[in-house]
Amino acid sequence: MIMERGVIIYKKEVAPNIFKMIIKADDIAEKIKAGQFIVLMTTERGERIPLTVAESDGCKGTITIFVQRAGKSTYELTDMSDGSKLYSLSGPNGRASEIEKVEGNVVFVCGGVGTAVMYPVLKANKEFGNRLIAIMGAKTKELFILRDEIEKISDQIIICTDDGSVGAKGFTTNILEELIKSGIKVGKVIVAGPPMMMKLIAEITQKYAISTVASLVAIMIDGTGMCGGCRVGINNGSKFVCCDGPEFDAHKVNWGDLLLRQMVYAEEEKISLERYKEKERCYE
Amino acid sequence: MSKDKKGIEIARQIPDVRKPEQRIEDFNEVSRGFSREKAILEASRCLQCKKPKCCEGCPAKIDIPAFIKLITEGRFIEAGLKIKESNPLPQVCGRVCPQEIQCEKSCILGIKEQPVAIGAMERYLGDFLAQEDSQGLKTVVSLNILTKNGKKVAAVGSGPASLSLAFELVKLGYEITIFEALHEFGGVLVYGIPEFRLPKEIVKKEIAFLEKLGVKFIKDCVIGKIKSLDDLRREFNAVFLGLGAGTPLFFNISGENLCGVYSANEYLTRVNLMKAYLFPEYDTPILKRDRVVVLGGGNVALDAARTAIRLQASQVTILYRRTIEEMPARLEEIHHAEEEGVNFQFLASPIKFIGENGWLKRIKCQEMEFYDVGVNGRKKVRPIENSNFFIDCDVAIVAIGATSNKILINESKGLVINKMGYIEVDNNGKTSLEGVYAGGDITSGSATVILALGAGKRAALAIYSYLSNEQLK
Repeated sequence: MIMERGVIIYKKEVAPNIFKMIIKADDIAEKIKAGQFIVLMTTERGERIPLTVAESDGCKGTITIFVQRAGKSTYELTDMSDGSKLYSLSGPNGRASEIEKVEGNVVFVCGGVGTAVMYPVLKANKEFGNRLIAIMGAKTKELFILRDEIEKISDQIIICTDDGSVGAKGFTTNILEELIKSGIKVGKVIVAGPPMMMKLIAEITQKYAISTVASLVAIMIDGTGMCGGCRVGINNGSKFVCCDGPEFDAHKVNWGDLLLRQMVYAEEEKISLERYKEKERCYE
Repeated sequence: MSKDKKGIEIARQIPDVRKPEQRIEDFNEVSRGFSREKAILEASRCLQCKKPKCCEGCPAKIDIPAFIKLITEGRFIEAGLKIKESNPLPQVCGRVCPQEIQCEKSCILGIKEQPVAIGAMERYLGDFLAQEDSQGLKTVVSLNILTKNGKKVAAVGSGPASLSLAFELVKLGYEITIFEALHEFGGVLVYGIPEFRLPKEIVKKEIAFLEKLGVKFIKDCVIGKIKSLDDLRREFNAVFLGLGAGTPLFFNISGENLCGVYSANEYLTRVNLMKAYLFPEYDTPILKRDRVVVLGGGNVALDAARTAIRLQASQVTILYRRTIEEMPARLEEIHHAEEEGVNFQFLASPIKFIGENGWLKRIKCQEMEFYDVGVNGRKKVRPIENSNFFIDCDVAIVAIGATSNKILINESKGLVINKMGYIEVDNNGKTSLEGVYAGGDITSGSATVILALGAGKRAALAIYSYLSNEQLK
């Protein structure tokens, strides 16, 4: 049977409030490269939401995404059942990761669902022959995703949790700084996760003058450079995350801008989510 | 002769327009258009010139006197079909064309008195035809569609340029596939122009009609990403690029990334395409705030300002660096905006967006003055020293135009771009690549729907002649 683009063929809650979803998308699976993302809509009335693709299978024609429930759209998406179809799915969007030969280690700092962003980039770096160290952080041990997969391809992996339930107790920032101080040669740092974490990582690596790439997430509509809603300060100018990014030199990003712009619709998102949950309750 | 005389005695008919206090309460259409009586009266004003100037002023080359004559004879369907011969979108053009600088500007009657209201009649006929021939049977029959010739043409982007190209080529027997990046078809007609000027239902019906004629529409497809231009050149006999001018310009001044600062593209796309005015029924939000400043003087600026009024802003100001005389926006739209309570502040320009806790609070501006006239006849402005002032506001909308979207351009080797960043074409829309044509805003920069339609039509004829090696007469 030929399934149409956008059919959900697998869904599982792999960590509290984090869902792994496999979606049919032959042409996207074939074209997508590490670092690129997709834009999807759950229903005709939905938002256009950008999501990074963690895995793609060109043979099966599928893409895998990890979705953390946060607002209405992610709740609605993760409430969709196997076999149902997204209203809209397009991609790949954004520029692919620039993979280069790095002297010393490439350190990947993965926070929360940012790990899904890092996984294909890790793989691409591995194939390129770089030596990889992964630092994975989460609030608590249940919240890790793709841990086994990343462990398998990394030369070294360091786990930390905010509560110390597994690995070192502390933040990825502390681990990275310790790692640098230990004298291990860090040629490049690549980071994806909550903006605040990325900002702090950038501050550390700036201190040690280590080239650092951050994979940014921004609010966007079309995802093709048409609305400019995802613009972010880079050096003294502005760039669009959707088509100039999503990866940028972390030392040039205006993190203050980025952090604030994430919050623009906090009030509206609350209204939307409450309304959705209310509706769900009515159905039950 | 008596008819001419009688015609001149009748004053130009004015379409019914909803009252400002009523229309700012919703997003429904502002103008109700002509009644049948008004259309007939207005048609009788036409002089039926032997050498009509109006047609020369029309980028789509509609036979204007012919359709007006059919109105005077009460033959409305035939009149509508007469327009459809040359323009697939009379309902759209009758609403958004700047007739006052095109057909109506050239109207001979207009030399001595008010020109014939061609646009309003076009709209009337478009609407009439859509209602009376809702299934498109009469239209299909009248179009004289040739049988399929087996040749395939791709159009990238589903805005007016591609729609017009598809309409022309499907009639000539080509198989047309239109690729659209977004989840809806129509380009600027659906994401840019607000519902109160152009109901989206009209665009949907026009697309549905083209589908009936056999045009294939594919959504969610970003050419340059999921498929390359080379892929299309391999799969199709010819390719048309109707991408639009898809990237908004900003001032590049301090504070432009504050929360509350939008590009007009984003503001309008949220409201029009994503239906943010119906939030939370629809999921995409928009900031509904009291004080809104729109920066710019074109139709897009006015659309944004009038949208803000409808989103219950209590104070909406358009800040423009020249004066009302130089505004590129249509006069009719300026009047509508004034009626709806939009304020204008002329000869002023922003120099800094100032915020508190990341949110826009005010704009630092400066006064401007004229000092010279440019080669294009456009008056040049410069800042007046020590003239800084502040405007308090919660939302600012930057509406200073757009530039070309580079996604496809950057990934297409051999496609020659001009100094302004747009695709270089000859008069027929031919690009530097064999079999690749382009038209609309992606070649001209931001312009009008009708110019895009005209460009699509010219490119269609050029593709026809390229693929059949015979010139269409």
